[in-house]
Amino acid sequence: MIRSSILLCAGTGCCSSGCDKVHDAIEENLKKAGLESEVKLVKTGCFGLCALGPIMIVYPEGTFYASVKPEDIPEIITEHLLKGRIVTRLVYDETLQGGEVSSLDETGFYKKQKRIALRNCGVINPEDINEYIAYDGYVALGKVLTEMKPDDVIKVIKDSGLRGRGGAGFPTGLKWGFAAAQPPGQKYVCCNADEGDPGAFMDRSILEGDPHVVLEAMAIAGYAIGANEGYIYIRAEYPIAVHRLEIAIKEARKNGLLGKNIFGTDFCFDIDIRLGAGAFVCGEETALLTSIEGHRGEPRPRPPFPAVKGLFGCPTVLNNVETYANIPRIILLGADWLSSMGTEKSKGTKVFALAGMIHNSGLVEVPMGTTMREIVEEIGGGIPGGKRFKAAQIGGPSGGCIPSSLIDVKIDYDSLMEVGAMMGSGGLIVMDEDSCMVDIAKYFLEFTVDESCGKCTPCRIGTKRLYELLEKVTKGQGTLADLDKMERLSYYIKENSLCALGQSAPNPVLSTLRYFRDEYDAHVVEKRCPSHACKDLMSIVITPDKCIGCTLCKKVCPVDAIAGDVKKPHVIDQSLCIKCGVCIEKCKFGAIVKQ
Amino acid sequence: MKSLEELKALRDKARENMGIREDQPDATRVVVGMATCGIAAGARPVLTAFVQEVAKEKLEGVIVGQTGCIGICQYEPVVEIHEKDRGKTTYINMTPEKAVKIVHQHLMSGEIVNEYTIGTIGK
Repeated sequence: MIRSSILLCAGTGCCSSGCDKVHDAIEENLKKAGLESEVKLVKTGCFGLCALGPIMIVYPEGTFYASVKPEDIPEIITEHLLKGRIVTRLVYDETLQGGEVSSLDETGFYKKQKRIALRNCGVINPEDINEYIAYDGYVALGKVLTEMKPDDVIKVIKDSGLRGRGGAGFPTGLKWGFAAAQPPGQKYVCCNADEGDPGAFMDRSILEGDPHVVLEAMAIAGYAIGANEGYIYIRAEYPIAVHRLEIAIKEARKNGLLGKNIFGTDFCFDIDIRLGAGAFVCGEETALLTSIEGHRGEPRPRPPFPAVKGLFGCPTVLNNVETYANIPRIILLGADWLSSMGTEKSKGTKVFALAGMIHNSGLVEVPMGTTMREIVEEIGGGIPGGKRFKAAQIGGPSGGCIPSSLIDVKIDYDSLMEVGAMMGSGGLIVMDEDSCMVDIAKYFLEFTVDESCGKCTPCRIGTKRLYELLEKVTKGQGTLADLDKMERLSYYIKENSLCALGQSAPNPVLSTLRYFRDEYDAHVVEKRCPSHACKDLMSIVITPDKCIGCTLCKKVCPVDAIAGDVKKPHVIDQSLCIKCGVCIEKCKFGAIVKQ
Repeated sequence: MKSLEELKALRDKARENMGIREDQPDATRVVVGMATCGIAAGARPVLTAFVQEVAKEKLEGVIVGQTGCIGICQYEPVVEIHEKDRGKTTYINMTPEKAVKIVHQHLMSGEIVNEYTIGTIGK
């Protein structure tokens, strides 16, 4: 009989911080203590606080242990699980108040979150279909097949106001309606799990933590539009997610939840996985479908839209993972339930992958309309090292930045568009005062130059030329005329590119030009990088009155650019210095600075 | 899967094997003293008896847990029941048989089993 459960995060984040060794240690120590029949050890999906991995929660107490190492396990087993004494030194410090352990939901990180798409992540074992079923899994599919007509399903999704979580925010119900309106015949349901934004991992975590929710939602979509086949297009770089999806599909088939005559009805539906090779452009819907067909992943002009002519020329619904993760709950709890959350035109919640200069990096799900300030300061716990918030890049290489003056902007599709950013798939990179915005724009553009498929000229050549102009600026060789040229070229690329990759590629440049024009000017006019991030526009120097001549910097310098005698101030030879910054890190007296 | 009923039956069965996985701040907590003295006096079978009986009767809002030394070692095994509106009840010299009776009389019917207690204090 189970009296206690240990939920151990086995998402990619915690796996790379060593959760498998922790898992083995728990198993071994439970056996040693004779507790294996009373304490259930469950590998679950992502809890969200990836910065503190490996993470585990012990129920019924709900104790949250963070940064657990295999050597800590014997203590947790004998103290907590045998004797009932919580090991406070390992408890996540935000849940410790005056020696009392409080609920995780009360912590800054979780208090403002509302988990819908992530509701099962970190709760169930994703490799066991019974656990998904225990949390009402597949009830929505059963309800749809036995009690609802396809049109009713589409109406519920339309009324809920759900919009695509993959980027553009197209109303999901509308999309399904278009595909359903096509004449009967072969149709397809596809899932876009080709998450390509640098720093984004929402879809991966959903697939790793709750793969069945996507299968169930795809089957519901299949019933709604009259399709009997589905494909999940997922990048091969997500091995854990692929593995768990494979198990989930197998178990769903075994239980008759995929396959023929589901729930004793005429409805048949099956799903296959297609692995992508990791090209960013394959996240674009027409390129993705072309890639599933076995061709080179290149976009094609729209219309016709996939809902009319998609995979193999047949009507196809293509939604992103997070969009699907909302569907079963909407069916069970009704359209009003979702539309009661969020803002006027953006309903429900959105998952963000919080990264960069932030205390709690990880995965957060918040109601639409939450402000950037709430995400950064309350949920994210602010910027480490007492530094100042400078900007946040939202929407990855297709999005834009939100400067500190707009930190109170509400996060929803339309408000973000207004300030020149976009929701995108949900990557959120926080930058502090040390980040150079020109350099950031250059970083994202380098990514799109690399990922441009080359089919259309504006994107292939335009982004390359734009990148070269940015490089000129960061090297201090730019002119004011170059900045105007950059702006003109950006609009040209946006207007003339074939697909969303090119149409959105200049966004980081345009939004940094809009909000940080002064930084561009400093690079061009004063030949100075205000954040001291651009190597060609800064030098590293030793402040003579702070240097005590300990010789440490001299020893670590990889190019022997530092000279000086013991107990006398040292000097850096600027002609040799490669500006690697190692000496700054090593100096105990703060005597070495960038200027 | 042939029907929604079949799925719901499977769901109910699956739930039994899940254990508690959410915070329940208002639950009644049954806490068994499991320090060295408690274990030596036989607290383990008492704990198991509580867990099994609570599961068997499908009681909701009851958490069975353990704690360290309560401080009255001569009365071990000691079990405390914390209720939100009634405060704490302390049962002493516990056995698995007493545990079963406490589940039925105290947890299910709300009547404290006076002869097993060390006395009760109000909240």
